[in-house]
Amino acid sequence: MTSRTLSYVLAASALLALTALAFAVGRYPVSLSEIVSLLASKITGSANPLPANVETVVMQVRGPRVLAALVVGAALAAAGTAYQGMFRNPLVSPDILGVSTGAALGAVLAIFFSQGIVVIQLFAFTGGLAAVGLVYWIGSRLRGHDPLLALVLTGVVIGTLLGSMIALLKYLADPYNQLPAITYWLLGSLAAIAPRDLAAAAPLAIAGLAPMLLLRWRMNLLALPDDEARALGVDTGKLRTLIVAAATLMTAAAVAVSGIIGWVGLLIPHAARLLVGPDFGRLLPLAMLLGAAFLLGVDTLCRTIATIEVPPGVLTALIGTPFFLWLFAMARRSW
Amino acid sequence: MAVRYGTAQLVTLQVQDLAFGFPGHTVGREVSFSLTAGEAMCVLGPNGGGKTTLFRTILGLLEPHGGSIALDGVPLGSLSRSEVARRIGYVPQGHSAYFAFTVLEFVLMGRTAHLGVFSVPGRKDRELAARVLESLGIGHLSHQPVTQISGGERQLALVARALAQEPGLLVLDEPTASLDFGNQVRVLEKILALAASGIAILFATHAPDHAFLASQRVLLLAEGRALEIGAPAQVIRPDSLQRLYGVSVEVLPLAGGRYTCVPALR
Repeated sequence: MTSRTLSYVLAASALLALTALAFAVGRYPVSLSEIVSLLASKITGSANPLPANVETVVMQVRGPRVLAALVVGAALAAAGTAYQGMFRNPLVSPDILGVSTGAALGAVLAIFFSQGIVVIQLFAFTGGLAAVGLVYWIGSRLRGHDPLLALVLTGVVIGTLLGSMIALLKYLADPYNQLPAITYWLLGSLAAIAPRDLAAAAPLAIAGLAPMLLLRWRMNLLALPDDEARALGVDTGKLRTLIVAAATLMTAAAVAVSGIIGWVGLLIPHAARLLVGPDFGRLLPLAMLLGAAFLLGVDTLCRTIATIEVPPGVLTALIGTPFFLWLFAMARRSW
Repeated sequence: MAVRYGTAQLVTLQVQDLAFGFPGHTVGREVSFSLTAGEAMCVLGPNGGGKTTLFRTILGLLEPHGGSIALDGVPLGSLSRSEVARRIGYVPQGHSAYFAFTVLEFVLMGRTAHLGVFSVPGRKDRELAARVLESLGIGHLSHQPVTQISGGERQLALVARALAQEPGLLVLDEPTASLDFGNQVRVLEKILALAASGIAILFATHAPDHAFLASQRVLLLAEGRALEIGAPAQVIRPDSLQRLYGVSVEVLPLAGGRYTCVPALR
């Protein structure tokens, strides 16, 4: 078995083990055999002999949350992989063009006006798309510059502007009611995910994934200097627009249901690249496996290490920072 | 028109009264020349003389500001990016590698214009890439990351990638810059061999000697204008080099009808 194949097998095994663990542990422990027999009865359609609350915990409480962690983790990792290749920079994360800040402003606005969860999610999704749309529109109009640099700098500037609007809303928000909700949202959470959130987010994430999978070879050429990629026959402007749209769709869908969970989209593509190299067709599946496993592991820790839930954004940063520095120190001179 | 793949096409580059430059800033004008299959043409000129800008315009990376460019008799503007990439191979001036693609993967990128939009290089593409690498004597580097090979090896990898495009015209922008003496000679030998195989070649260099060694025709480009076009021995003279570079140069005949340029230091 080559070391590349081994990477996929290990990542898939880790994902499977973490999924089983996530269903088992928690305030109401469920044994592995109970999970298996419940699964078997669901598949065969026969009645299961287990107590009703086991089924409730597995199917209603943990099921949606586990699925959400998998979908959000995989989506953030895939978007990060696409962005890092496209911006030729391994320090880029999916929110480089302001999707997270835009989504955050949308959500904070909805919370400020005391809207319900559906409206908050809708505002977050729309805010994320609108922010990237604005950045892309301005960036592509700054002629006479390297188009990538123009995009990134516009992203930074617009992100800062949106961030200051968020700060203003936090300042104006009701400190007893709205401010905790805002802070909670900004740190991300998978606790309140309902099946219908997933039903809305998953198709959007898949729609974003499709062009990345189909164009996986051409994605490699975006890592070259623009002139070279164009001279090799790639219409870089069109391809970049399509991939920005795809990655934004994935990230916005993820952020709308989970809030802002940092580090996944930065760290995971980087780790995957160290394992299988930069070829996008090999990199993307591994990054998605690792992203799903990482976020599921983090979320399982979040709900088990303390009596209160720890926001996953805090844990990903606590794990991500030293891991990233270690990767950085271990990495060969190049990416 | 019908395009035949896998065989060398008789590409003729026709540049007519071309004005070129960046958006809103014209760098050069009134450049006309043509290039037939199997011919190597060298562009000499000072830094900032417009060599790279001219090449980028010929590759369709910059819009012409006037005049016309035709490949195979077809106006450049009517060709899609991939149609251009199947006709012209481009070896840029140095390459900063960002990601550790292997040399083989790097060369396979040259096959992109021959692939469907959603396709991935197949066995035939790999075989062709391997053949090209062997022909350039860097087959042993196939599985090395491009980020970890020497500058000379990377230059050859860039040539290999351009050849994997199976072009009729090869455009090389200062292919010998930043190479040691041995690698400079190897690249010039490769240019001669490729021209002999029927590929039209356009290359820029800072060394007039290289024009003597590897080209049939020379274009002197200064301030965006073609001062002279002709055979190396006719065009490369002390007065033309003085005009081009602003320094005194002696052009000395060697045995066997060859020439070399020696700067006359003050």
